[in-house]
Amino acid sequence: MTNRTKPGTTTLVGIYRRMALIKANDERSRKVIMTGRLVMPYYSPRGQEVIPSAISANLNDSDYICTIYRGTHDMLAKGVPLKDLWAELAGRVTGTCKGKGGPMHITHPKSGVMVTTGIVGSSMPIANGLAWSSQLKGDGRVTIAYFGDGASNIGAFHEALNLASVWKLPVVFVCQNNEWGEHTAYEKATSAARIADRAASYSMPGIRIDGNDVLETYAAAHDAIGRARAGDGPTLIEAMTFRFHGHIFGDADAYMSPERKAAAMAADPVPRFRAWLIEHGHAGEADLAAMEAEIDAEIDEAIDYALASDFPDIAELSRDVFAVEAA
Amino acid sequence: MRNISILEGINRALVDAMEADESVLILGEDVADPEDGGVLGVTKGLSTRFGEHRVRSTPIAEQAIVGAAIGVSLGGYKPVAEIMLMNFTTVAMDMIVNHAAKLRFMSGGQTNVPIVIRTMTGSGFANGGQHSDYLEAWFAHTAGIKVVAPSNPSDAYGLLRSAIDDPDPVIFIENLPTYFAKGEAPESGHRVPIGKANIVREGNDVTIVAYARMVQEATAAVEALAARGVSAELIDLRSIAPWDREAVLASVQKTGRAIVVHEAVTPFGTGSEISAVIHENLFHALKAPVQRLGAAFCPVPFSRPLEAAFAPDAAAIEAAAASLLA
Repeated sequence: MTNRTKPGTTTLVGIYRRMALIKANDERSRKVIMTGRLVMPYYSPRGQEVIPSAISANLNDSDYICTIYRGTHDMLAKGVPLKDLWAELAGRVTGTCKGKGGPMHITHPKSGVMVTTGIVGSSMPIANGLAWSSQLKGDGRVTIAYFGDGASNIGAFHEALNLASVWKLPVVFVCQNNEWGEHTAYEKATSAARIADRAASYSMPGIRIDGNDVLETYAAAHDAIGRARAGDGPTLIEAMTFRFHGHIFGDADAYMSPERKAAAMAADPVPRFRAWLIEHGHAGEADLAAMEAEIDAEIDEAIDYALASDFPDIAELSRDVFAVEAA
Repeated sequence: MRNISILEGINRALVDAMEADESVLILGEDVADPEDGGVLGVTKGLSTRFGEHRVRSTPIAEQAIVGAAIGVSLGGYKPVAEIMLMNFTTVAMDMIVNHAAKLRFMSGGQTNVPIVIRTMTGSGFANGGQHSDYLEAWFAHTAGIKVVAPSNPSDAYGLLRSAIDDPDPVIFIENLPTYFAKGEAPESGHRVPIGKANIVREGNDVTIVAYARMVQEATAAVEALAARGVSAELIDLRSIAPWDREAVLASVQKTGRAIVVHEAVTPFGTGSEISAVIHENLFHALKAPVQRLGAAFCPVPFSRPLEAAFAPDAAAIEAAAASLLA
């Protein structure tokens, strides 16, 4: 990493705030489901906090992202407001999507979250189109397509990377390799030792990074986003990480090696980066504790707001199917 | 007024739409002029006129094509994506059905997908089982998608202009064997509203509902029936989703008999839906059960005699009408 791409204190603390928010929000989500306050499908991003936090520090509000069902971390890092998010998780009319999308389809154009898909691999072809719109307008926006390691085995990945390369689109493909595609281990499903190597097939730079390392992730994103903004085309980033929990909430993750999981959790990137910030003088213990308390309060407020909000009117069934409601 | 072909009608609609609105784009396999402006030349001249940044040839990658169309529409453009043949939509179904059709609803109306997917199909060209299917019912069965299928040059122009104007995704079905069929040229700027049928011929004894190439077969049948003293009313549906219930029900109210004809296979087809709606609304006005006439329930066959017998023709429509009146 060069000094040029080394983030300053404000940026570093901003990245930590995103990470702390994602971690606290995940813990609260699981608690809220466990206690029966909310029923929803939940795909925990715990353990993957660094990737979107460090990437988003390189993005503007107007930059686009397309993400997937395991995407709460990507959305929060990009700036989806907690209240709108929680109201959507609760299926309320005050949610991002009036309660009509739910956790797997959060959309919030104001913060650049254009599509959240529940279909593995589908974030990428649509990200290309958003990037094409920026290329046509010359608006300097970049689109990030987030997806998991499992998605690099589906046809849409290959179609999308090929097209992005041929058209030199301002898009960055970010594979969050958490070693698991649903319940199946990486090696059992993926022919390539490294997903980053697949970029060579599409004549684009492919880089594997430690996605739990803030500085490395920030630098890789900085370079890839810079390349995209400069009109030099797409990049594939394979960010190595580990999913702390099962595929979906309630999955007992018996298929995961307990040793591997314990090792990953022992190396939890959130407290690790917290300690690093303090050690390197970027923040004091008290500052971070105050920030975390503030986050907790914001989440409390968001959940209360969500649960106090109204459900959508049944008439919403026929609205937003088309621009003009059918008679 | 000069006659033009359906193909020319489509080409003109694209030219006029791109001229009128800079946000209109075209993408698809071979669509730009260096690639011949499409395998049949439907988009010929467009990239030369508007530039390859607006008329973009793509890899043979239908998911990438429809995905790019969806994304660029979210970015404020109005793309017309060509999926060369309707059977090729099957490899892009995730993009069409899970994304194009649903993003407006799932986002609570924050985003919409104003794309047109032009696609050609039709039996009669010995293309066999994977290049000729009519799959309109699949899309009509999906909430969030509109489906149109013109039968003449003027409607092709007017429906395509309306489809491009439309803020929601529209599947625009072109019939391969009738691309070069001539008809009256439309006025520039002509629009055919989506959801509005055309009464091709008025009659009192039986209503024949058809679309796409079947309108031509039905026209011949109506003439043959007239020679036998039967007055048939022919409705060119033009739009399949939404379809013009009002026009169809008004006609069947008058005639008391109806036949729905399409080139798609009969079971679970649009004919079944239209027939059901007629029965639900006009049960007591019907003089006979509604007839569905569709293709044989098999993949489109190759061998000439098999292919010729596969889809309904004028004789079959005439016979069905005669049996309703017997």
